Amino acid sequence: MDVDGGSTSSDSTRVRSIPIHSGQCKAFLSQFKQQSLPACKPVLTPAWVIATLLLLGFVFIPIGLVTLHASRGVLEIVDRYDADCVPEEFKGNKASYIKDTSVPKNCTRILKVHKYMKAPIYIYYQLDNYYQNHRRYVKSRSDQQLLHGLKYNDTSSCKPEESNNGLPVVPCGLIAWSLFNDTYTFIRGTAELRVNRKNIAWKSDRDHKFGKHVYPFNFQNGTLIGGGKLDPNIPLGDQEDLIVWMRTSALPSFRKIYGRIEEDLEADDVIVVHLMNNYNTYSFGGKKKLVISTSSWLGGRNDFLGVAYIFVGSSAIILSLVFLLLHVKNPRPYGDTAYLSWNRKGISS
Amino acid sequence: MKRFVYINDDESPTQELYCDNRISNRKYTLLNFLPKNLWEQFSRFMNQYFLLIACLQLWSLITPVNPASTWGPLIFIFAVSATKEAWDDYNRYLSDKKANEKEVWVVRKGIKKHIQAQDIHVGNIVWLRENDEVPCDLVLIGTSDPQGLCYVETAALDGETDLKTRVIPSACMGIDSELLHKIKGVVECPNPDKDIRRFDANLRLFPPFIDNDVCPLTIKNTILQSCYLRNTEWVCGVAVYTGNETKLGMSRGVPEPKLTAMDAMIDKLTGAIFVFQIVVVIVLGIAGNVWKDTEARKKWYVLYPNEGPWYELLVIPLRFELLCSIMIPISIKVSLDLVKSLYAKFIDWDAEMIDYETGCPSHATNTAISEDLGQVEYILTDKTGTLTENKMVFRRCCISGIFYGNESGNALKDAQLLNAVASGSTDVIRFLTVMAICNTVIPVQSKTGAILYKAQSQDEDALVQAAAKLHMVLFNRSGNILDTMLLYFIMKCWRLWSSLLTGKGCQLWSEIARMERLSFCQKERMKLFFLMLLQLLEYLLMDQPIPGQQTRTFSEAVEQYAQLGLRTLCLAWRELKEDEYHEWYLMFREASSTLVDREWRIAEVCQRLEHDLEVLGVTAIEDRLQDGVPETIETLRKAGINFWMLTGDKQNTAIQIALSCNFISPEPKGQLLLIDGKTEDEVSRSFERVLLTMRITTSEPKDVAFVVDGWALEILLKHYRKAFTELAILSRTAICCRVTPSQKAQLVELLKSCDYRTLAIGDGGNDVRMIQQAAIGVGISGREGLQAARAADYSIGKFRFLKRLILVHGRYSYNRTAFLSQYSFYKSLLICFIQIFFSFISGVSGTSLFNSVSLMAYNVFYTSIPVLVSVLDKDLSEEMVMQHPQILFYCQAGRLLNPSTFAGWFGRSLFHAIVVFIISINAYAYEKSEMEEVAMMALSGCIWLQAFVVTLETNSFTILQHLAIWGNLIAFYVINWIVSSIPSSGMYTIMFRLCRQPTYWITVFLIVAAGMGPILALKYFRYTYRPSKINTLQQAERLGGPILSLGNIEPQPRSLEKEVSPLSITQPKNRSLVYEPLLSDSPNTRRSLGSGTPFDFFQSQSRSSSSSYSRNCKDN
Repeated sequence: MDVDGGSTSSDSTRVRSIPIHSGQCKAFLSQFKQQSLPACKPVLTPAWVIATLLLLGFVFIPIGLVTLHASRGVLEIVDRYDADCVPEEFKGNKASYIKDTSVPKNCTRILKVHKYMKAPIYIYYQLDNYYQNHRRYVKSRSDQQLLHGLKYNDTSSCKPEESNNGLPVVPCGLIAWSLFNDTYTFIRGTAELRVNRKNIAWKSDRDHKFGKHVYPFNFQNGTLIGGGKLDPNIPLGDQEDLIVWMRTSALPSFRKIYGRIEEDLEADDVIVVHLMNNYNTYSFGGKKKLVISTSSWLGGRNDFLGVAYIFVGSSAIILSLVFLLLHVKNPRPYGDTAYLSWNRKGISS
Repeated sequence: MKRFVYINDDESPTQELYCDNRISNRKYTLLNFLPKNLWEQFSRFMNQYFLLIACLQLWSLITPVNPASTWGPLIFIFAVSATKEAWDDYNRYLSDKKANEKEVWVVRKGIKKHIQAQDIHVGNIVWLRENDEVPCDLVLIGTSDPQGLCYVETAALDGETDLKTRVIPSACMGIDSELLHKIKGVVECPNPDKDIRRFDANLRLFPPFIDNDVCPLTIKNTILQSCYLRNTEWVCGVAVYTGNETKLGMSRGVPEPKLTAMDAMIDKLTGAIFVFQIVVVIVLGIAGNVWKDTEARKKWYVLYPNEGPWYELLVIPLRFELLCSIMIPISIKVSLDLVKSLYAKFIDWDAEMIDYETGCPSHATNTAISEDLGQVEYILTDKTGTLTENKMVFRRCCISGIFYGNESGNALKDAQLLNAVASGSTDVIRFLTVMAICNTVIPVQSKTGAILYKAQSQDEDALVQAAAKLHMVLFNRSGNILDTMLLYFIMKCWRLWSSLLTGKGCQLWSEIARMERLSFCQKERMKLFFLMLLQLLEYLLMDQPIPGQQTRTFSEAVEQYAQLGLRTLCLAWRELKEDEYHEWYLMFREASSTLVDREWRIAEVCQRLEHDLEVLGVTAIEDRLQDGVPETIETLRKAGINFWMLTGDKQNTAIQIALSCNFISPEPKGQLLLIDGKTEDEVSRSFERVLLTMRITTSEPKDVAFVVDGWALEILLKHYRKAFTELAILSRTAICCRVTPSQKAQLVELLKSCDYRTLAIGDGGNDVRMIQQAAIGVGISGREGLQAARAADYSIGKFRFLKRLILVHGRYSYNRTAFLSQYSFYKSLLICFIQIFFSFISGVSGTSLFNSVSLMAYNVFYTSIPVLVSVLDKDLSEEMVMQHPQILFYCQAGRLLNPSTFAGWFGRSLFHAIVVFIISINAYAYEKSEMEEVAMMALSGCIWLQAFVVTLETNSFTILQHLAIWGNLIAFYVINWIVSSIPSSGMYTIMFRLCRQPTYWITVFLIVAAGMGPILALKYFRYTYRPSKINTLQQAERLGGPILSLGNIEPQPRSLEKEVSPLSITQPKNRSLVYEPLLSDSPNTRRSLGSGTPFDFFQSQSRSSSSSYSRNCKDN
């Protein structure tokens, strides 16, 4: 980083009594042995440091602006629905609402599009305060079983959801067991918006991580039902919601893709969302949000990078100005050994 | 305890009693290799720690990562050191096997047979030819030489390359070589020991051989294992010690490994990190359990059971223990071992430390302690052969009161002396005779007829050469018989009767007629001379005042020569009456056949002859200083290294040499304080004065040195050890004269006990103990043999190389290790902190953000290769360091590796962990928060940061550094792409996906800028506005700024203290010197120990000050 071309000096000028070998390799070796390889010795000169910082600033601020612009160009509609979808009578005890299978779970939300959104528009569900990265949770899966199904029967890593009634569960483990199962349908005006739910999972996962001929077996048959159920007639490789869910998130607040709307949305469009509020986040105070978002070359809306770039860039410029000022006001003669006083106490103080 | 060896007795029980001659140097056998080696490796704390971690990881409930991530490196590290051990052991086995299977001639059942060396039994008669290696310890019984002599080379045993004479016992003299097969007898000898200079045994031959008399045996009658027979056609001997019980086998042993101050510091820091880790584990463990009970139980998807097993509370803390175990980098020991051996190689390779006179390169025997070289605070140096060339030249002499050579400076050219020789002056002839014969020099006639001398002692060599130039030529020596030739025609023949043992160099000679040389009849003895060659001249003179008019002249001569820095020897003689001799001889025989305390008894008997000596004269020998000694000492003293000179030589000579090599400064600048006295009383009083003076003068940096002799030193070490320690700390320079090898070692021990890093340098056998005792031992491979060089950690050809060894190699090693070790901790802490931060957002459950492969590769590959090339880093050029040796202060005071610098690195890793973590989780939030991607993002950030940290901390870039730093970065991506293309791996396709995302690259650059910007700014600020001396010199060196010569701040001279003896002291003439002979076990303890009179004042002083022992300026 601090390579200063101007001050490159060669250390090999010393005259040595070693015979110069003809081969370059030998010469290199002998220089290595004598620790006299030609070396570049950079110095942190004021000019160099100030210039570097200035350059850093002038590179970072534009990048930051571009990034920020890209991020701001992304339009998203975020709607938290977990609290509002609970009927009035259950407001006091939301957990009992979600556990009570007799209560209808459907709920309707109305979203307003403020600006024109260009397709493809991504639909995400966002969970907050949901620890997919908890150790017990992360570990509770069997990649081998997902790929090979019942043929692979060492599912001890799936504890505590590895078997049910003495029969193995496919897919096993807590992650699969707690599959997210809210569903959404979107209606614009009178017509239903077509939501593409294919190709939302990574292709590599579909092809190489989840078996094409592995079918759910004995899934959600226990006394304790976790999350969503799977169609036992569709192989795991095609169960894209499961595949998306099984890509665990590193953060306790995350979005997972639900589908894509492949039509543009006009400004002032009103979208009615009919959703099935099945998934239990009430017992631990988690939040559920529905996110409709466009995308940019940077992905979804995230101002962090832009702001951070601008911050780092401007700090660098300020720092370089401070150093410049310091240097002008208080120039230090470099390498002035007159300052040296070889006083033991001075050094060890 | 004795052993009885029955010669040539095939049926005797001794064969079973003692081991056969199978030599085994092996540490392991095939069967016990694995358990023994593992046991040894696990006796180190670090290894136990790693093993514990690795075992805990086998418990899948708590392991955050695959156990392979610890087992892999652990097994690798163990395999490397086990392989090294195995290879060494295999080589030992091969050399043992070669020695064991060597064919030798042994008498079996009366017939000479060719058998393997390993089948020799105690009591066998072994025949050896010229140039054979001796297979076991033998007592000689016959040689090809009619005088019963043989010559051996003992280089493998004691490192001395000259030939030593060995002689068969008198009882075996004259036995016909044919009869030697049938010889029977018994050797009574002590049990095996490792003293290679001593063999007190008796031989008794059975009839029909000679009489039944006991014949004493000494080391002179033996040839020891691993010596070589030279210049002798054949010898035969009786095996007395065999196999591993030989003197060599017994003295074999592994020396205790030395630990550098830096290693100790690293261990301390490791301990601190360990404590920190425990604290983290406890805090996070408690937090984790609390979070589990309050939060995690509510989270239905985690499905915590209500009732856990009994160890449930321990699970989370143990998980964190495992997660944090990487805080202590497993690779640090391997990296350190690797770079240390490279430092050693650099010393071996250094072309500027080759002694071109002898072609002898420097060599680092001990590869593990190069950093200590840079932290040396005290150098204890021998004088002769170390500071001086040990090339003795005879310069002056004083014979019967007449000084020769004073005008020309060379007595050999003094016409007056040559005339005296030519005219045959009795005194001069006697003087020359003593010079010529009283020694162990072996004359060898070369083909051209010139006589070459092979001498063990350079002094003796100088004397014999000088005598030869003065026409007293020693031209033949066969055993005890010497031939001399005076003025080309007067031949004389001398027989040596005894080299007496009181350490004064006395020998007993008689003149014999030339025809008598082959007859051993003692009655034909004509005259007996008692000749002495005295090193300790003045003591002889002083302690038995001879009523001679010349005594005064001689002591003046000694004084005068010593002031010139010459080595003086006094020659004396005495004629013995025949009956006196007989009387003495009986006692001597008796004493020399005792088994217990033989040396002491003989010395006591010999004592009886040493009186009424007539002094013949004084010789003065010049020993020139080696090239570059004054400059080297000056440079190293500027570097803040304190010098002590420990010599066996006389005080005046020592002081003169010290002056001429800048050891002490002459009068106005320097000051010499003498500690002397002849009773304990006087010594302590003078010591008390010196200590007081020293306390006063320390405030002003003046060159104050104290001088102490062996006798005073003994008292001080015995009774005033504490106060003497204080003096040692206060004084930068000391001269200790007349010290014994064990006192040298004691002084080293004393300085070590005050936590100073000591370097001992010497060249002779008498320095070996000091060299082994010191933190660093340096041997000069000089004229006194290789003994010191073998025992030392470093061997160099000349004293002046010490400068380069310390300032260049020592300093670079220190700097490099300081960086490498702290960096190792930095990178481990970095990744560990990220794991800890991650645990806060993963429910304090002990999830590992990184996968096992990444973790393992991070520690083993990604971060260790760039840092290994820091062994090429040079903060300052060699010339700059040589010009400004003061820069070594930084190393001595440990300024580059101490808790505060370590705290800096700790802070840096914390800061970088925060930067990486915050940026990664924010840039990869929401829909991008997939675990593998976030982990890879954070890991990439760490790798990039560490590449820039290494770059920023590197002072000089060679092509190798660029290759390692940037090549490593590329390798990181290549490795990860490879792993990402394996479908079964956890991170399948991850790296490809990331590299395609612009966000990834933008984030990486953000991490680098945010992580390195503040560090660059801080470094620049300190470099420019708070520069250390190193920085200033760097700037001066690289920008070609004005390099002013740095004058050492020297204070103005100040007035002399009253008690202080100035340098030009001429010691009071009438002082009756009483000195202890050099050999400490000499029986004549003439000095009466004064009763220990208490000095109330002095003791209270020392007590009050002892509490404030401050290591001067060592505290940081």
